Order: sequence, then C-alpha cells, then structure tokens
Amino acid sequence: MTTPGDGRADPRAAPDPGVADDQRAAAALLAVDPAGLGGAVLRGGPGPERDGWLALMRAHLPDGTPWRRMPVSVPDSRLLGGLDLAATLAAGRPVAERGVLAEADGGVLVLAMAERAAPGMAARIAGVMDAGAVALERDGIARRLPARFGLVALDEGVEEERVAAPLADRCAFHLAPMPLPAAPSLPDIAAARARLNDVRVPEEVLRALAGASLALGIDSLRAPLLALRAAIAAAALAGRDEVAAEDAARAARLVLAPRATRMPEAEQPPAEDPPPPEQAEAGEAPKGETTDAPLEDRILDAARAVLPEGILAGLGAGMRDAARRGAADGRAGLRQATPLRGRPAGTRQGALRSGARLALVETLRAAAPWQPLRRKGRTGGPKLFVKREDIRLRRFEAPQETVAIFVVDASGSAAMHRLAEAKGAVELLLADCYVRRDRVALIGFRGRAAEVLLPPTASLVRAKRSLAGLPGGGGTPLAAGLDAAREMAIACRRAGRTPLIVLLTDGRANVARDGTGGRPQAEKDALESAQPLRLAAVPALLVDTAPRPQPFAKDVAAAMGARYLPLPMADAQRLSGAVRDAAA
Amino acid sequence: MDGLPGERRAAAEQGVSAPPAKARAAKPAAPAARAPYPFAAIVGQEEMLRALLIAAVDPSVGGVLVLGDRGTGKSTAVRALAALLPPMKAVEGCRFGCDPGDAAALCADCRARGRLRAIETPVPVVDLPLGATEDRVAGALDIERALAEGVKAFEPGLLARAHRGFLYIDEVNLLEDHLVDLLLDVAASGENLVEREGISIRHPARFVLVGSGNPEEGELRPQLLDRFGLCVEVRTPGDVPTRIEVIRRRDAYERDHAAFCAAWEKEQARLRRSILAARAHLSQVSVPDAALERAATLCLALGTDGLRGELTLIRTARALAALEGRDTVGDAELRAVANPALRHRLRRNPLDETSSSTRVERAVAELFGP
Repeated sequence: MTTPGDGRADPRAAPDPGVADDQRAAAALLAVDPAGLGGAVLRGGPGPERDGWLALMRAHLPDGTPWRRMPVSVPDSRLLGGLDLAATLAAGRPVAERGVLAEADGGVLVLAMAERAAPGMAARIAGVMDAGAVALERDGIARRLPARFGLVALDEGVEEERVAAPLADRCAFHLAPMPLPAAPSLPDIAAARARLNDVRVPEEVLRALAGASLALGIDSLRAPLLALRAAIAAAALAGRDEVAAEDAARAARLVLAPRATRMPEAEQPPAEDPPPPEQAEAGEAPKGETTDAPLEDRILDAARAVLPEGILAGLGAGMRDAARRGAADGRAGLRQATPLRGRPAGTRQGALRSGARLALVETLRAAAPWQPLRRKGRTGGPKLFVKREDIRLRRFEAPQETVAIFVVDASGSAAMHRLAEAKGAVELLLADCYVRRDRVALIGFRGRAAEVLLPPTASLVRAKRSLAGLPGGGGTPLAAGLDAAREMAIACRRAGRTPLIVLLTDGRANVARDGTGGRPQAEKDALESAQPLRLAAVPALLVDTAPRPQPFAKDVAAAMGARYLPLPMADAQRLSGAVRDAAA
Repeated sequence: MDGLPGERRAAAEQGVSAPPAKARAAKPAAPAARAPYPFAAIVGQEEMLRALLIAAVDPSVGGVLVLGDRGTGKSTAVRALAALLPPMKAVEGCRFGCDPGDAAALCADCRARGRLRAIETPVPVVDLPLGATEDRVAGALDIERALAEGVKAFEPGLLARAHRGFLYIDEVNLLEDHLVDLLLDVAASGENLVEREGISIRHPARFVLVGSGNPEEGELRPQLLDRFGLCVEVRTPGDVPTRIEVIRRRDAYERDHAAFCAAWEKEQARLRRSILAARAHLSQVSVPDAALERAATLCLALGTDGLRGELTLIRTARALAALEGRDTVGDAELRAVANPALRHRLRRNPLDETSSSTRVERAVAELFGP
C-alpha cells in the first residue's frame, strides 16, 4: 500500500529552491508523457500556488491539447458516456455521447475535490487509465473509445481525507504546490516527446529504482515503474538519449519519496508526547501501553460476556425513534431521503414531474414498439412519438448504509485496565458491523486532542489494525472527542449515510476544548459538545468503562441523547447479569 | 450535477453515432487499442497464472477470483489470457457463438437451422466494466431497429458475448448490487433469461467468471464469493531481482508493444499447446479412491460448507495433473491446489486474526505431513 504523505511539505515553510525546481520539472515531465506518467496529485487547498502549477503545466502543453476539468460528482453518463438525449430526440435514432474521460484523450483531466471521489468512481477512472480506453457498455451502446490522458487530482483533503488509493497509486507525482519562481523559458516539449521512445535505460538505473522503492517500504510495483517513466521523460527533456543519474535522482525525489512508508535504516518511531503535566493522573496512568496478545484474548472473552448480542441492531431501532424526534423538532433528520439519490434500483412507469429523473433509454424502449402504429396515417410530424404511458423514471433505493463511529477514550485514566477492555468491546461490535455490512470509523482521544484514526471504511481488517495500534495515556479531552464525532457524523450524513456513534469513555473529562487542564471547565465543555449531537438526532451509545459507573458519564449520555451502558469491572458472570438488567 | 455545459455541447456536436445494429456481431465490438501484455511474459505470480490456466483447461472448475494489493498485475494477467487461449469452433452466423459439437446446448436460432457450418473463432474474454448498465449486461430490445424499422429485435448483451468464454470483472467488489444479482442467477443456471419491453428470450450463457479486486476496498458478497471455484491471493514480490525483471519487461512492452509481443510469441505458442494437450489428456487422468478420501478428509477438517469444496478440489487437482502431463491425481496435486480451491470456503470468524490461507496450510500439513 502506498501512503501518499511525506511529499506534502508545509507550503508555508520557506520554499526550498530544490523542491520548487522539482515541482517545476514535474509539470514539464507530465506534459511530455501524460498518459505514461499517469498524472499528479496536488495536495492543498485552492490558491495561487495550485493555480500557478496548473497554469505552468498547461503552458507546457502543445496548442489544442484537451484540458478537461471535472467535478467529482459527475454521473456515469457524463463520465463514461452514454446516450445523448438532445441528439437522440432530434434524430429519432440513438446517438451516442462521449464522456469526459474520452474527451480528455491525448490531454489532461483535472479532477476537482478528488478526495471526495467515491470508491466506485475512483475504480472507473483507474480502469480507464489502465486500459487507455473507455469500454462503454451503457444505454444500449457498446463502444471502445480511446482515452489516454494524464490525471491531475486536486486533493483538498484535511487530515485523513485523501485521494482514493487506486488513483494516487496510478499518479506518478504527489505534490503540495508551492510558489514557483518565474521560469526563464519553457522547455521544448515536442522535441522531448519525439525522443521519448529512444531513451535507453542502463541496468543500474533499473536496479537502483527497484531497490530504492523496496528500501522505502513501497509495495506497489507501479511506483518504480512510474519512477522509470519519469526518469526517461527527464532524460528526453534534457536532450539525452540515455537516462543519467540525475534523471533517476529526480524521479526518485518526485515519485518514490512521497510514497515512502519507512525511512531506510530508520530505528525508532518518535516517542509519544508526554501527557500535559497538570492533568496527568499520576497514579492511574503508568505509561499507558497496549496489551500483549494473550491478555487481549482474555479481555475479549470478558467483553463478549458483557455486550448483549445484536446491540447495534437495537440501536438502529432507537435511531428511527431519533429520526422521528428530529422530524418533530422541525428538522429534516433522516426523512430527507428523497428517491433521487442512492443506489439505482431499476426503473418504473410514472408521470414526469419536477424532481423525478427520466430514464431515457427505458422510455425510448417502451415507446419504440409503438412507433409504426402511431405513425400510421400521419404525414410529417415528429420523428418520434412518445406518449405519457411510455415515460419511465429512475428508481433509487434510499441509502441504507450505516457508519458506526467508534469514539474511544484512550486517556491515562482509561488506559490502565479499561482501554484493553474497551478495545475488546469495540472488536465485538465490529463483528456485529461486519455481519450487517456497515461501515466503521474510529476516533481516539487522549492528551489534548481527538484524532481520526480511521475514516469510514468497509474494511474490518483496517479497523482492527488501527484499533490495535491505538496507544493510551494522557488526559481526557472528552469535549474534543465529542466534537470530532459530531463532525464526522455530519460528514457521513452529507455523503448520504446514516451515522451511529458509539462512545467508550470513563467520563473523567479533565481537558477542556482548548487543550488546557482543569476538571470543571472540561466537564462544562463536554456537556456543551454533547448537546448538538442530541439536537442533530444522531443515534448514540455511551459505554461507561469506569470501574464504577460515573454520574458524569450518565450526564453526558443524557446530554447527547445516547443510550447509557456501564461496563463495570467485575467477573464476567456478575457483569453480564448486571448489564442484562441495565440493557433491558 | 452534470456540469460542463460547454463541453457537453461540444460532445453532442461531434455526435459519435451508433453503428447500424445489423453490422454488430456477437463478438467484441471493436478491436483492443493495442495488443495486451503477453501472458507468458508475466513475472512470478505462479498461483494466479496456474489458476487461470486450470480454468482454461477445465472451465467446470468454476471461475477464478484474484485478490491482492494494488499494482500486482491482477488485471494484466486476466486480460493477457485472451491472446493465449486457443481458438474454438462456433456455429457460423450465430450471435451467441454456439458450439456446433454440442447439440444439447444450442440456442433457439441454431436449433432452427438445418446444417450447422462451423468456423474458428477466438475464445471471448469479455470485460464487464464498472458503470455498465443492466441493459448492456443482460441484453435488451434493440432501440435503433425498433425506432427505425418497428422491429422487435433482441440485442445481445455482455453475457451473450461471454458465452463459452470468460467474463472478467475488475474491482468485482465494487460492482453494483443489481448487476451482482443478475450475474449470480446466470452463473448458476448457465442461461440468461431476459423479460423486458415485451421481449422474452432465453439464451445459453455459460462462461468462466473471473473477478479481481482489493479486499481493502470492500468485501465481496458471500453469494458472489461462492460462485468462484478458485480464489488466489497475489502479493507484490519483495525481492529486488524479481522487481527489476518486472520493470524491465514492462518498460520494453510500453516502448514497443508489437516487438515485445513478437518476442514472446514462441513462449505463448508453447503455453497454448500445453493447454490443448491438457484438455485432450484431462479425461484420461484418473482419480484414485485414496485421493478422493484425502480430499474429503481435508474438507472435513476445515469445515467447508457442502460438497462444492471437495468437488472443486478434485477437479482442480485433475486439471493440474493434466496440465503437468501426469496420469493420476496424487498428494502433490491436492497439496498444490488446496489453498486456491478452499480458502474462500471456510466459515469466517471476523475476529480471528489467522488468515484463511494459513488455516488451509495448517490443515494440509497435518493431513499430508510437512
């Protein structure tokens, strides 16, 4: 797996002339061989730096080269192509329309807000990039349209949000654009393109790129391949007919470095930040560390006894109540699920009124058999007779996908004995999610802040991995954890999914929202952060992991409108009884 | 959401219009843009290549699912298969590519025909791209002919085109649910039933389903997983020499497809001959009772559901023996194919860290000795 990351130097840092030179070179290299290099991921918000790089890239391209900008939400009909509505109706016969991918053939496709591309969208683009052509199989049209282009993915993601891995993997360059000094003159792209196929590659360059990618911990074989293409393009640009060491070095800096997952011969990861001094609960937090495997097994068993089966399903029922409550409050809640989005589920007959989406092909199909009959006895008139009973509308299944957001308290107070149990509990709930095919996300909070450990994913494997890697120790910034959960819940709703928050905490909030210590302010902030969750009607469960149930945790649960479930410390037998009572 | 009004207009004006329906044969609509990477030139990935060859020797093995990391050449291998497969005989003029030698499996058109003339045609390897619509997958009323001539004609879809060949779905775990439903039914029955817009047609659609995907991007529906006979896992090679060789060959291919393919044609021809030889030899490979017993014990030990695991295990081992020119199925063959035939059939405990492959390996080691 590649982790596009380290190449994103902070753009505000003093511009390193070497980096600026590399970024300038990247634009030229991509112009020389757009399809061969795949493209570039530009990380960072909109601004003069990004515009500057794009303008530079564009200036390199020969006149008439296609340059298509595409929003991330284009439907398949525009992305891949399909039936052209206007032309079909005018001609009375099916007329195909090319999609954006085919239009970009020979040029550059700029994907805006690329970090928002859904997996299906990313896979479609990636498939077309691999084949160099769009295999169009839509709306009764079967066609193969050439589509060899360079992709420029504009990645405005913050923190964990990233361009989908299949796209990032296929783009040679990963840059964080920085201010570039004015160029003396543009290189001769046409000459470089002509030379491209004749550039020889010495054996030691192959060896060096393959070895370097391995030493940097890059698994994907595309990385050294793209690096090789970049080195060849660099040599062609410099007018050489053999790849020189400096070409290979530039390729390694531009292609391999941003993908590195480890430092070659690096020793230790940096030590954890020490907890903020005032709220380090000295007695309770002895170097919060994760547990070893056998203990985790035991904990898992204990937790298994505690958590009633199908607890998430129960929450789902509560969620519907919450939705109703939301509606009563005058909020849209879940009811806004219109039949206009979600998964297409075939078509139906119906009247065409505003808001409905016409299924054009199906409508034409329904109208087609009647044409000779309707045309009979008429001369002139329209080429195509479509009557109301022919109209077919698209049907969508309302999105049913749930995202279970696990918010785990990893503070020192929770860490000593409870964190492992909380992890066990989360693992059990994860199994539940697996059965229900829900997505899961993971937020941890400790020290001064909350951190999104895992954005919503369908991969249980990844969830387990990031859970296992969650360290403990530090204060309890409960307010920050709640805020992070709310943000993610809202983002999930925006994406058409139903969020569900599972908060595991001992309720001993002692770090306020601004990161300072002090219990009273921390508790006030936590309650304040809990309120919006209730108002937003986000279904939630609070699992109290404290040895003895905490009144404050109960208050937080009430404030956020969550179900409250204590996970007391005792033997499994007694526990399960107590919990069964509490859950009943 | 559609955006890009200017570009849309531009595209409409260029108006790529559909070719006349009559000219469209049941075979691939247009030639590939360039020759695919030769199968014989793929470096490493023995398990995947062997599984694909086994499926080519004995399609009844039931399809291949390739799971693995990005950039491991999953789709390269599958697409390379098309150029490797020896041609087959088909009824001339049949849009489904019926087998003239198999009277029971003919389509309605061919049964109505008197004498069947056979022609040689390449085995179809059909891509089902993400974003394909249901009407193109299953087939539907031909709109053009209906509009222009008022004729109710069936326009075959991808399933018809894949008949007797391979249907390949890249990123199979991202395929839309309604298409998965369609595939499940057809893959089980070997027949495509279309009931829409006043068309009622059934035609044979027997194909080897090949899927590839990255499990990190989403799980596969269990029903679909079950349709695949073999499941192979691919990993990126971790040693420098192999990686260098991959890059070297890929670079040579990128520079000059035609020359690269020509250089590998001899090796391709050798593989092609071995597939033909294995097919001819397949019926002579005997499966002794001892091997059957071994297979049953292994499946029992692993707790695979039903008999399909055993059946696939035996068939795969037999195809492997045929491919390697042996006359009987023994422990060596069973061992070699146990993992691809069984790893996706284990009941999964989502909390168990041990991968299915490891569990199969352990059971095999227990049964067959280290």
